Amino acid sequence: MSVHHRVWKVGADVDTDQLAPGAYMKLGILDIAKHCLEGVRPEFAAEVKAGDVLAAGPNFGIGSSREQAADALVKLGVKAVVAPSYGGLYFRNAFNLGLLLLTCKEAEALDEGEQISLDLSTWTVVRANGQRLACDAIPEFLVAMVEAGGLLPQLKLRLQQQRAS
Amino acid sequence: MNKPTNTPQTLAQKLIAKAAGRSHVAVGDIVNCQVDLAMFHDSSGPRRLKPMLEELGAEIWDKSRVVLVMDHYVPERDDDSRRIVRIAREWAVEQKLPHVYDSLGICHVVLPQKGHLKPGMFCVGGDSHSPTGGALGTYMFGVGSTEMLGVVVTGQLWVRVPQTFLMRWNNRLQPGVTAKDMMLHMIGRFGMNGGAYQAIEFCGEAVKALSMQERMTMSNMSAEMGSQVGLIEPDQVTRDWLATTGAKDVQIEGWHTDEGAEAVAHEFDAATLVPQVAAPHSPANTKSVDEFKNTPIQVAYIGACTGAKLEDLRAAAQVLRGQQLPAGVRLMVAPASLQDQAQAESEGVMQTLRQSGAEVLPTSCGACSGYGGSIPDGANVIATTARNFKGRMGSATAQVYLASPYTVAASALRGSISDPREVLA
Repeated sequence: MSVHHRVWKVGADVDTDQLAPGAYMKLGILDIAKHCLEGVRPEFAAEVKAGDVLAAGPNFGIGSSREQAADALVKLGVKAVVAPSYGGLYFRNAFNLGLLLLTCKEAEALDEGEQISLDLSTWTVVRANGQRLACDAIPEFLVAMVEAGGLLPQLKLRLQQQRAS
Repeated sequence: MNKPTNTPQTLAQKLIAKAAGRSHVAVGDIVNCQVDLAMFHDSSGPRRLKPMLEELGAEIWDKSRVVLVMDHYVPERDDDSRRIVRIAREWAVEQKLPHVYDSLGICHVVLPQKGHLKPGMFCVGGDSHSPTGGALGTYMFGVGSTEMLGVVVTGQLWVRVPQTFLMRWNNRLQPGVTAKDMMLHMIGRFGMNGGAYQAIEFCGEAVKALSMQERMTMSNMSAEMGSQVGLIEPDQVTRDWLATTGAKDVQIEGWHTDEGAEAVAHEFDAATLVPQVAAPHSPANTKSVDEFKNTPIQVAYIGACTGAKLEDLRAAAQVLRGQQLPAGVRLMVAPASLQDQAQAESEGVMQTLRQSGAEVLPTSCGACSGYGGSIPDGANVIATTARNFKGRMGSATAQVYLASPYTVAASALRGSISDPREVLA
């Protein structure tokens, strides 16, 4: 059984100012999220559903270290991003916030609105037509971080265990 | 799993190995590093760390290794910024933080000026331009607030040992051509993510000839190439500059890339480099200044950690000395630190800028990050800042060009994008 995710497409070089515009950085994350990607997909923040996936071109998340650029997608319910490459800082931030990033050379082949599933046992994206796109494997400790919901819940658990012992 | 210590290593590998407590690390290794220093500012720091620390019931691992700089929302302009800065100030008092720099300048400039960075250190900053520290032979890079929380609680951080790209600049720069031009040229050639989160090391005769502040401009904008760090091998310039900051126990020996270490090398000729300009809306849209000739300019901005240090102010003053800005051109100058501004005042640099008609703004991140939105809609802007993403400076319709302080000042003076060498000649 596999869960299906609707694909939202964006282009190359989606930077952190498009994901979390500077003008809204004074606000809380839920308000920042309302403006996520408004410059390229104005309908995105209002219409995206929990479990949807973002398919992007190369260099997704380049720019600033603001982690709200990853957290906004988490708060909007985005399950994962699939792209050929990411800004390095964004890559770290996403996993710290519990957002799965799949590095997939053929991400741009995905179609808008397509239903895909993610097979993390083989690191592949399975398309609606059955085609499988290969992704880079992710180190185990980062997968564990996403499963825990990010670094904060992980730290909380670790501190609790330390106090208990 | 450690290889013998005689394996040649890059500077990046040596710095990571030291922080990881190993004799050697190989490219691709994922290692846990001990953090020597963590820096954050009013935007990335207290307002986000305080609630998370409280939620965890955790304490800062070592307050002596934490530096807080108020630079993003100062001076406070509205209720939101007043609230954010107040959180930072109150938390600094409550935590009894020993190193707090409030409204003294931009974190990437203040941190080294206060003697916090030295060759051999492994540091993180809550800001993407944290690679600035690489100019001193410090392995320093930016992290988000949650990752910073992890550092603040544990004092540790994982890193995947990067490949090193050696950017070798042969010969010397011409007068009127700067580190900013070198960086814009490389970003144009390799793209915003050309560094692929690897380590860049700048080297060669032209880099060795750069002053410490010019080196900081290079390391700072290695962020625009998408590298993790932008390192420069420490030398006598580093040692002399650090002596002025009061930094103690400075060791530069051994902090260099070994002969035969595995790295990807690129060669550049500094002597033939001309002033560079990045067109809207990406630093990667860089071409020679000639390509933009006669592009009208209404606003010029000399500001930011990468573009308003003492030497940037001196460069602008050299262009504007005895000249008057034309009607219809607004030149704003926001010095990168009070220390730089005071020195510029004592040298007559600030007077020159003001007499030409420039407005002097408070020292802070200001308009660079859209936090101090003084950029009018629809204007053509030329700025010494690091990024010209659409809307970054606060107006989605402004067209922002990036260039060196020489080029920005010359373009302001002529009301259109201009080669500063014509004005300086």
